[in-house]
Amino acid sequence: MSLLGNLSLWLAFLVGLWGAITGFVGGAQQRPDLQQSARNATVALFGALLVAVISLEVAIFRHDFSLQYVASRTSRNLPTFYLWSALYSGQEGSLLFWAAVLSLFGAMTQLLTSRRHRAYLPYVAAITSLVATFFVSVMLFAPANPFQRAAFTPLDGSGMNPQLQNPGMVFHPPMLYLGYISITIPFAFAMAALLTKKLDAGWLVAVRKWTIVSWLFLSIGLLIGMWWAYVELGWGGYWAWDPVENAALLPWLVMTAFLHSVMVQEKRGMLKKWNLALVIGAWLLSIFGTFLTRSGVIASVHSFTQSPVGYFFLAFLVVAAIASAIVYINRLPLLEAEATLESVVSREASFLFNNLLLIGLAFSVLWGTLYPIISEWVQGVKVTYGPPTFNFVNIPLGLVLLLLTGIGPLIAWRRASTANLRRQFAVPVTVGVFALLILLVAGMRDLGPLLAFSFGAFVFGTVFQEFARGARARHRQYGESTAFAVVQLLSRNRRRYGGYIVHIAIVLLFVGFAGMAFKTETEATLRPGESADLKGSDGHVYTFTHLGISQYNALNRQVTAALLDVRRDGKDIGRLRTEKRQHVDAFGNNTFEPSTEVGIMSGLRVDLYVVLAGLVNGTEQAVFRFTINPLVWWVWFGGFVLVIGGLIVLWPGGTAVAVRGSKASSVQAGYAVKLEAER
Amino acid sequence: MSDRLSRRGFFAIAAAAAGAIVQDTVRAGRVYDPQRAGRPKEPITALDTDAGIQAIEKKLRCSCGCGLDIYTCRTTDFQCTYSPALHKDVLRLAGQGKTAQQILDEFVKQYGQVALMSPPREGLNLAGYFLPGVAILVAAVFLLLTLRRWTRDAKAAAPATPATLSNATPDELERLRRELDRLPG
Repeated sequence: MSLLGNLSLWLAFLVGLWGAITGFVGGAQQRPDLQQSARNATVALFGALLVAVISLEVAIFRHDFSLQYVASRTSRNLPTFYLWSALYSGQEGSLLFWAAVLSLFGAMTQLLTSRRHRAYLPYVAAITSLVATFFVSVMLFAPANPFQRAAFTPLDGSGMNPQLQNPGMVFHPPMLYLGYISITIPFAFAMAALLTKKLDAGWLVAVRKWTIVSWLFLSIGLLIGMWWAYVELGWGGYWAWDPVENAALLPWLVMTAFLHSVMVQEKRGMLKKWNLALVIGAWLLSIFGTFLTRSGVIASVHSFTQSPVGYFFLAFLVVAAIASAIVYINRLPLLEAEATLESVVSREASFLFNNLLLIGLAFSVLWGTLYPIISEWVQGVKVTYGPPTFNFVNIPLGLVLLLLTGIGPLIAWRRASTANLRRQFAVPVTVGVFALLILLVAGMRDLGPLLAFSFGAFVFGTVFQEFARGARARHRQYGESTAFAVVQLLSRNRRRYGGYIVHIAIVLLFVGFAGMAFKTETEATLRPGESADLKGSDGHVYTFTHLGISQYNALNRQVTAALLDVRRDGKDIGRLRTEKRQHVDAFGNNTFEPSTEVGIMSGLRVDLYVVLAGLVNGTEQAVFRFTINPLVWWVWFGGFVLVIGGLIVLWPGGTAVAVRGSKASSVQAGYAVKLEAER
Repeated sequence: MSDRLSRRGFFAIAAAAAGAIVQDTVRAGRVYDPQRAGRPKEPITALDTDAGIQAIEKKLRCSCGCGLDIYTCRTTDFQCTYSPALHKDVLRLAGQGKTAQQILDEFVKQYGQVALMSPPREGLNLAGYFLPGVAILVAAVFLLLTLRRWTRDAKAAAPATPATLSNATPDELERLRRELDRLPG
């Protein structure tokens, strides 16, 4: 497998180079033969990398410990489920996975892109091949080859880090990678548009769907990562502003900004320069994130080992940034707006402020992530920019962004009149103020959660009003029932109403985030039969009674489990189990330090979160940490709603949106309006 | 914990906790294989769960590289040997009657500013806290001024209002706007 894997990597390297060269030359010289060759090369590149991936998976499933990667990431008793994920659980395998998926996307782009956008494809082929070739070259020329032979063949492998042996970890990395990787496609189209000088709105159509795909994968990756951190790591939270988490958030924020500002370009032919800059920026940030993860330049719990691989990425990032900037600046004169802004009080302007905040937030996260390095450079002092600092800086920005989520849809395109604003804002503002008053009367005094909940109510009011008006209009026009009208709205204008569903998801996420302000926790040492009480922010007292310790062997681990009886205000609500796991290899030798499995009882109002810290003197007397986390369920539900909203937006079909400058819009320019008698 | 924990109070709590530990340990049965449960733990004392001690520890970073504060690390990563040791340092300093600020200062003296979860709000660190907010505010003002200039320029360059619209009454124009607002997108 080592030979086949190495051969396929070399073949991929050569084919990738060929695809890049023929793509650029074929595009520049308008030679159809070279263009076709570049397109074919993307498919061949995918084929070669697929063989490499299969070779590595076969080696993993055959427990071929002659390969360094297989020996250091897996063991004979590793469950099959995790043998699959071993492919990307380490530096070398994840690079291969990245290159293979990128080549798949590259080939799919060539095969699926509509004929209208054919002009871009040679350059798209060149850029995707070039990026994939870079990843292959890192495997071949940096010490990151997954097919590297081990110095000797051990009888069993070292096994997989226990914290990676969690369903969340099977899906979190590939989702995040898919998000990161697919950003290359919009970037390639943006660069192709710049290189071909075909800078009308045509490229936007090709780019928008890929950007949503990328945004959706990144969202799912981030959410599963949060869930994994919550259920696996045991610290009772889901977001710690770790540099690698931040690195994934940066392109997500920039893409979110693009998905809003692209509407202004589609409708008004404005913000062309800005949109191109956002697409390029998102891609560069994805490479920057990869550099952060793999260089070890900033301490992170996620980091792969410190290795020279990071410097390959830094060099690539610098070269790519310079090349993109040169092309972009060169084409600036072709990117003049087709329309002018008519009023500061307009949807266009609100999108600009939304973009300002999203990019500001991205800058703030980047600034905080890099601040320890900046401080060391400038003042020679190492500092920690921890979660309290991130929260201090970013929570206000997040709250303003939440508010804008509700304001944007209420403001009309072009110009909003005072009467229009009054009519649009009346209901949402009333809902928001009403929520604020209820919370104040209920005794809530924390400013952050107060604002989060009332802004959330305001946004909910906005979305509700949009759906209600749309449904009412359909009812008037077609006589549809409310429920059917809502379904029709969603199916006929997926982008707009799917977007509103995403806004609702953002509200739910903020509600969940705000709930953490009311977290309560304690530690206790309990013998069997003893109890500890903890009052939750929901006003109930929870009693945890230690029932005893059991020890048993599972597939690849020795388990010490504590069982607890849980009561709410004295009433039995169930049992919780939390474990210590000592992972062992096939010969019963310990492979890693013991890890902890959290016991969680999840509810709409609170999560009961129990961790077995350890045993006292080898007895059943156990040390526990009890945490009551309010509203966490809403974070996961919000994530689910966000994905549903994203899928609605992405789903093909529905009413096509006319794009300025495209053929469709030149035929039917402007709005067709029928004035009806006021009711 | 009040800002200043008296030495007498500290030792009283510690003695009571130690008594409880001895009593509890004697009464609990042994498990089959204690090694499987990881490093043995000491029973939780009243000082471990003291809100004041926790508040101090949440401001101090664990030096194991996890990026978490001492309290979160010592109650999360049960194999970390740094955070329990740092916790004992905090308890020792509290036992000496030091205030929360004095304990933080002691850690900074020993480990440098990196020991704090948030850099002190002074000097360059002010930029760490406020640069993003200030940058966004400045950009917002700049954006607002630019937008106003654009709209002014657009009005100046705009052709005369089309005759069809100039014939419309303000009421009709408002109705038109409402209809436009109803349109999707």
